[in-house]
Amino acid sequence: MQAFVDSLIQQGYFTGMPTQVVYAIAMIAAAFAVLSFFVAPLAGVTSWLERRVWARMQSRVGPNRVGPQGILQWLADGIKNLLKEDLIPAAADQLLFPLAPYIVFIGFLCTFVVIPFGSNLIVADLDIGILYLLAVTSIVVVGILMAGWSSNNKWSLLGGMRSAAQIVSYEIPAGLAVLSIIFLAGTMSTQGIIKNQGWAPWDWYLFNNPFTFIAFFLYFTAALAEGNRTPFDIPEAESELVAGYVTEYSGMRFLFFFFAEWGNLYVIGAVATILFLGGWQVPAVGDGLIEGVLQFVVFFLKAYLWVFVAMWVRATLPRVRVDQLMALCWKYMVPLSFLCVIGTAAWMVVFPHGNRWASVGMFVLGVVILLLFFGRVRYQIRHSKPELYLRPYI
Amino acid sequence: MSDPFFPVLVLFAFAAVVVLALLFIAQTVGPKRMTAVKADPFESGNPPQGDARIRFPVHFYLVAMLFLIFDLEVVFLYPWAVSFRRLGVFGLVEMGIFLLIVVIGFIYAWKKGALDLD
Repeated sequence: MQAFVDSLIQQGYFTGMPTQVVYAIAMIAAAFAVLSFFVAPLAGVTSWLERRVWARMQSRVGPNRVGPQGILQWLADGIKNLLKEDLIPAAADQLLFPLAPYIVFIGFLCTFVVIPFGSNLIVADLDIGILYLLAVTSIVVVGILMAGWSSNNKWSLLGGMRSAAQIVSYEIPAGLAVLSIIFLAGTMSTQGIIKNQGWAPWDWYLFNNPFTFIAFFLYFTAALAEGNRTPFDIPEAESELVAGYVTEYSGMRFLFFFFAEWGNLYVIGAVATILFLGGWQVPAVGDGLIEGVLQFVVFFLKAYLWVFVAMWVRATLPRVRVDQLMALCWKYMVPLSFLCVIGTAAWMVVFPHGNRWASVGMFVLGVVILLLFFGRVRYQIRHSKPELYLRPYI
Repeated sequence: MSDPFFPVLVLFAFAAVVVLALLFIAQTVGPKRMTAVKADPFESGNPPQGDARIRFPVHFYLVAMLFLIFDLEVVFLYPWAVSFRRLGVFGLVEMGIFLLIVVIGFIYAWKKGALDLD
């Protein structure tokens, strides 16, 4: 981004303007572009796709009225929420209650500073990119705690407290899983981490050694829990807490919470792609423009695959109990992620330049696991009752 | 733009402006028909019973304290991870001792029952 603006200035555009002002204008334009042409449609379409995917998995139809296959449903929902009354309960804290959705939304949106879209397409390539990302996503906890406490509602209070306890607990395995990648990369910049990997799967950090393979699943599970997704959505468990910390919210403020939740799914997938799946790496094509487009498509598809997996998990698994949730984090995932950190460090001392055989072996193992998994899925589909199929609607 | 965090500041400000603008539109366009019942806290249709500023289990504080200890310790590990190749075996042994102390603390908390929720 900065290099692009520098080249424009050198070509003689913006003569007579102070450089700081040019940068500010360029940044605001970039922020506007990212928000309105990428993040907003993405979060909206994700919400629609999620409902369609669940419907498909539960033999229902799902939203299919607004636009082709219902794809404009998110726009209708957004406009509806915009026209709703802005309710603030009389007993709620009049300062903190309206402020909480801002904090959740800003904490989510500011992660897009360090998430790249291609080798040159990034808002800012910070040196401490991953640490910044972890720090900014933790701001969300403050917003959720504020929402839960300030609503002055028992459901909200319980939901907010549970959510805060859950998010801070799962931040530890997530942070340690990320740490094992920083060992290998030797940098925290997101672009730097991607450049250290290759386009081939055996050059990805996922298959670098057995410990990063475990770290990937630890990261994905912990990130789902941090994003309050099923099977870890106890804070919003409809059957026991109404809607958790969003119980008292309505209209636009309600929408901001869910905008952040659906957008956050993409952030989870993007971070997993940056750290473990080779980011935007593509084989050399030669043409700069085609390569740029290819990089964007590859990155987006890799990241969105994990959004789909999150939807799939949500439609498949039942919710866990709150004590099971905390036990899973502290008694299983934290020790396992410590093991990943020590293991990766030891691996790097034994093999300072990596081990190609181990990488290919891990890759083969991953493919075998995937094949066994889909074989199982195929068996389930073959042996399910024919009346459970929903043929005509997709 | 000597400061690399300038874009972060701009995006924070931009996000705040967008949120404020959308809320302003919502407040201008939306209906305003506040009633006493609407302003009550929601308690599944029953009349609200008492205040929600109640005491909650001490376990939540325990989780917060454990989080502070372990998350800070994870943050300490980040600089080590970045310069791991330069530090080599010396760094591994040094941080191995640090991690050992932390793991002993973790086992102590576990045995004391700090990780059990009920």
